[in-house]
Amino acid sequence: MPADTEVKTAADRVAGLDRLELGPATRDEAVLGTWARKAWKGTWPKVLAIAIAVGAWQLVVLSEWRPVFVLPPPARVLDELVQVVPTAKFWDSVLLTMGRAATGFALAVVIGMVIGIAVARFQPLRAAIGSLITGMQTMPSIVWFPFAILLFKISEEAILFVVVLGAAPSIANGLISGIDYVPPTWKRVGQILGMRGFSLYRHLIIPASLPSFVTGLKQGWAFAWRSLMAGELLVIVPGALSIGVRLQTSRDLNDAPGLLAYIIIVLCIGILVDIVFSTVDKALRKRWGLTV
Amino acid sequence: MTVTARGTDAGTDATTEVAVRLDGVSKTYGKGRTALLALDDVSLDVRRGEFVSILGASGCGKSTLLSLVAGLDPLTGGTIDTAGHRLSLMFQEPALFPWLTVAGNIEIALRMRGVERAARKEQAGRLLEVVRLEGFGRKRPHELSGGMRQRVALARALAQDADVLLMDEPFGALDAMTRDILHDELERIWRERELTVLFVTHNVREAVRLGDRVVLLSSRPGRVLEEFAVEQPRPRRIDSTQVAALASAITDQLRAEVSRHAG
Repeated sequence: MPADTEVKTAADRVAGLDRLELGPATRDEAVLGTWARKAWKGTWPKVLAIAIAVGAWQLVVLSEWRPVFVLPPPARVLDELVQVVPTAKFWDSVLLTMGRAATGFALAVVIGMVIGIAVARFQPLRAAIGSLITGMQTMPSIVWFPFAILLFKISEEAILFVVVLGAAPSIANGLISGIDYVPPTWKRVGQILGMRGFSLYRHLIIPASLPSFVTGLKQGWAFAWRSLMAGELLVIVPGALSIGVRLQTSRDLNDAPGLLAYIIIVLCIGILVDIVFSTVDKALRKRWGLTV
Repeated sequence: MTVTARGTDAGTDATTEVAVRLDGVSKTYGKGRTALLALDDVSLDVRRGEFVSILGASGCGKSTLLSLVAGLDPLTGGTIDTAGHRLSLMFQEPALFPWLTVAGNIEIALRMRGVERAARKEQAGRLLEVVRLEGFGRKRPHELSGGMRQRVALARALAQDADVLLMDEPFGALDAMTRDILHDELERIWRERELTVLFVTHNVREAVRLGDRVVLLSSRPGRVLEEFAVEQPRPRRIDSTQVAALASAITDQLRAEVSRHAG
């Protein structure tokens, strides 16, 4: 039957072409080995960076540029960390500060999203508010504190106010640029598929702007964290023993090791949260095929 | 655009029934002195089940024409009658959504049509078989080759239950071998599903290889210059002498049209 063989060969041609274009399948046995190599490749620069920083620090201490009670050596600070970290009062401080960070950031996300969608949607708003948002982003958030204290007194609200002002513009901007750069062909596909109004946002605009939104979130977090630390040093709410208060207390008591220990804690928290955002960002890019 | 129920009339003869009728269609972009006339008085009847290739050099408004037929852009003048047919449009880029799987990209078209969740999965599976991509449903678009992605885009268009397929240089970005094989595939699906196809291209041989008819458009503004019926029986091969002979006759006209714009 010639017709049947023709159908068969056409199918074979397509299957063969697909197989050729996709390239050889990756072998599973090698996966564990490559995973270990990848992990090592990602880890050694970090280990080296820490070694360089600690080494430089130790050298400065050895040079006796400042007395040891003002600038203690790394080993002394490590001792302090080992003592402080297991204590309940340490974790209470971390929880209090992280609670503030989470509340402020969540509020900033909601406000940033509302502003972002509003600006992306309504042309007149864009001209008026678009540049304002970018301007806000360049402002050091510490500038807001005197005003925040005037508005809210020495209170949690004053800190939250500044954290939100610091983070929301980046989040709004991430969303706006995400919406702006949805490829026109995708929008036309959406149109052809009959997406309109809410379903257009739900099925096309929001998912398409996700990578840019995540970048905005990451940047927003960095601003939120900075604003929060500035806030905790400036606005000391009575009874709330935050990380900022611990820093201030250490300074008041001339406790240099304690001060440095908490600085390292602040650094570590910042890095950890950044790792979370980077992981989400990477996973998203991989799914989309944006990384090689 | 006027839409009538003419296509659903029972007694009409299928071979003469018109699926898409363009009558004196014109399109101008902009206003005043900077206005650009993209299409001028284009009239064209596409019969149901017909495969029409639309050919032209740059600036002939080929893509504009398809946008107008798809109803994505408003007309400046004339009428387009799609007689109650369902239309879909494909581009040179597959324009698949990267946040969805291959099957998900097809299911979204079904979903927008209001197909139930359970039925969506099954229908998407069947459409993947139609484009010979069974087993690739759970992949992401970026994991497929260009030709495979374009077939997913075709399956998505079919998922709209479209019987009129508007194709805007759909194989323009593919290599010759892939394009050749996809010509066979498109021809097969066109025949199996009794589609009406409006196929825009600037590749003369491709137009002749696929079309029942080749419509040649002029450039700036786009007007219908001439129509060529392709008599050669299917299946055709793009490198056959008959295809080449008609293609070179059309190429001569196209060249003349391009040199007209020299001065």
